[in-house]
Amino acid sequence: MQALSVRGLTKTYDNGVQALRGVDLEVEQGDFFALLGPNGAGKTTLIGILTSLVRKSAGKACIFGHDLDRQLELAKSCVGIVPQEINFNMFESPSTIVVNQAGFYGIPRAVARERAERYLKQLQLWDKRNGMARALSGGMKRRLMIARALMHEPRLLILDEPTAGVDIEIRRSMWEFLREINARGTTIILTTHYLEEAETLCRNIAIIDRGAIVERDRMANLLRRLQTETFVLNSRAPLAVAPVVPGFALTRVDDHTLEAELSKEQSLNALFAGLTACGVDVVSMRNKVNRLEEVFMRLVERSGEEARRA
Amino acid sequence: MPETPSPASVAADARDRALALGLRRARRIGYQTIVIREWGRIVRIWGQTLMPPAITATLYFIIFGNLIGRRVGAMGGFDYVQYIAPGLIMMSVITNSYGNVVSSFFGAKFGRHLEEMLVSPLPNWIILCGYVSGGLARGLAVGAVVTLVSLVFAHLTVHHLGAILAAVVLTSVTFALGGFINAVFAKNFDQVNFVPTFILTPLTYFGGIFYSIAMLPPWAQHLSHANPILYMVNAFRFGFIGFSDVNVVLAFGIMIALVAALYLFALLLLNRGTGIRE
Repeated sequence: MQALSVRGLTKTYDNGVQALRGVDLEVEQGDFFALLGPNGAGKTTLIGILTSLVRKSAGKACIFGHDLDRQLELAKSCVGIVPQEINFNMFESPSTIVVNQAGFYGIPRAVARERAERYLKQLQLWDKRNGMARALSGGMKRRLMIARALMHEPRLLILDEPTAGVDIEIRRSMWEFLREINARGTTIILTTHYLEEAETLCRNIAIIDRGAIVERDRMANLLRRLQTETFVLNSRAPLAVAPVVPGFALTRVDDHTLEAELSKEQSLNALFAGLTACGVDVVSMRNKVNRLEEVFMRLVERSGEEARRA
Repeated sequence: MPETPSPASVAADARDRALALGLRRARRIGYQTIVIREWGRIVRIWGQTLMPPAITATLYFIIFGNLIGRRVGAMGGFDYVQYIAPGLIMMSVITNSYGNVVSSFFGAKFGRHLEEMLVSPLPNWIILCGYVSGGLARGLAVGAVVTLVSLVFAHLTVHHLGAILAAVVLTSVTFALGGFINAVFAKNFDQVNFVPTFILTPLTYFGGIFYSIAMLPPWAQHLSHANPILYMVNAFRFGFIGFSDVNVVLAFGIMIALVAALYLFALLLLNRGTGIRE
């Protein structure tokens, strides 16, 4: 079954800005799905339409088979949303916020209190449950929004940049938590600007740019399409010039750092053999940029060129 | 012979019934949640919600009821303090019902936590009823507080309990709806304060709280009849002392019509997403 099915979705705001231009998108039940795009691409508008905060201009959207036009209440009861901006009452306590949210979804108060304890504990907010929400740190506020979105145990969880401004330790603990939720059967749609996050968590991906989906594929397939990768190599001894290894383009960045661009056909073993022959002792290596980032940038650039030509 | 329904259609009917039952239950719990949240807010900030009307009413009773009232003498055949007591109670009900909804709904819109409700499956009419019930709860609570204060200064009698209750509930709901509509349109705090300051307060003071309109020249009497608060105050006063400047049945008719019109207009705004959905 499809968790989300969107057909020909368009949105033109009153000021004439066309945020969505006929978006078609399907997300399978149980998926961990990345929806990526540059700022202003239409991600938040699309999510806004799915959660009824934004009115669509045309098109159709179904959530677990419930049409937003005809079965809005049923469709909305399937969705949990973690928005980009903090949007809870800062003068209420975390406990009140999550229990009330459950109530808006028809969860009886006794059940809501049990769930509040479970999710606030899982997201390390239990100690803060009775204080004012405005006293929470940025990371805690983000986690509170995740706890709030889970209170009615939605079948589809939409996270709009959930880890923006969160330190790496908390971000990784949030990743672990989201993986567990997904493993228990919740479909997750994630938008993020941290492409490492999308590559680590998501199995399928769509890239949206200028209000249209420009790519939709399995994450693994998309990464395989990368024709070249740039690696950063650190040498033990200082390098006066870049070594010459036949068949490889090497650039000296500083005394101890080289950059090597490899195509899909070239092997790292051959590069290392060449470097060893030149007397270069490599002590560490990393990708210059995240692989998904490379694919993403190329797709967005291509989409931009097409738009300019059009 | 009647056709036997297929197992698939029986299952579909059962599923639809379960969904409908689930939605009804969810709506009831959702409505209760909004009311509990609104009441929690009223109690949490009692220094801003319940206390000021008691102090204001006390000052009105001391100054207008006792000090000035003694010189005014009888009004409509009743002691002046006894005459103005229902109007003062009604004045606090009006301002607090309106103020509660306008500040709570606009605060939720401004702070964006209104989105918690908008993304939930709650239908718009439940959201509206929840906020209006919050306004009603504050209006009745403040009305009860001011009634207690008035008992210290005036001898309150009950002429028609039904009229008292119906008038206070209809008035409170009317102004709660008014506050909701104001909050929907308001884009900043100035617009929240505009209606209470420049429209509500003058209408209230010219609504026959402190005087009988029989004292006014004929043109002013005619003009007063265009003020809906006149009907609310007089219907309420009728419930206490059995005296009214207007036809009580007409007064209730106007109140019911106002509630119906404002409810439909507020619901239309919500359904259109005015001021709250893009």
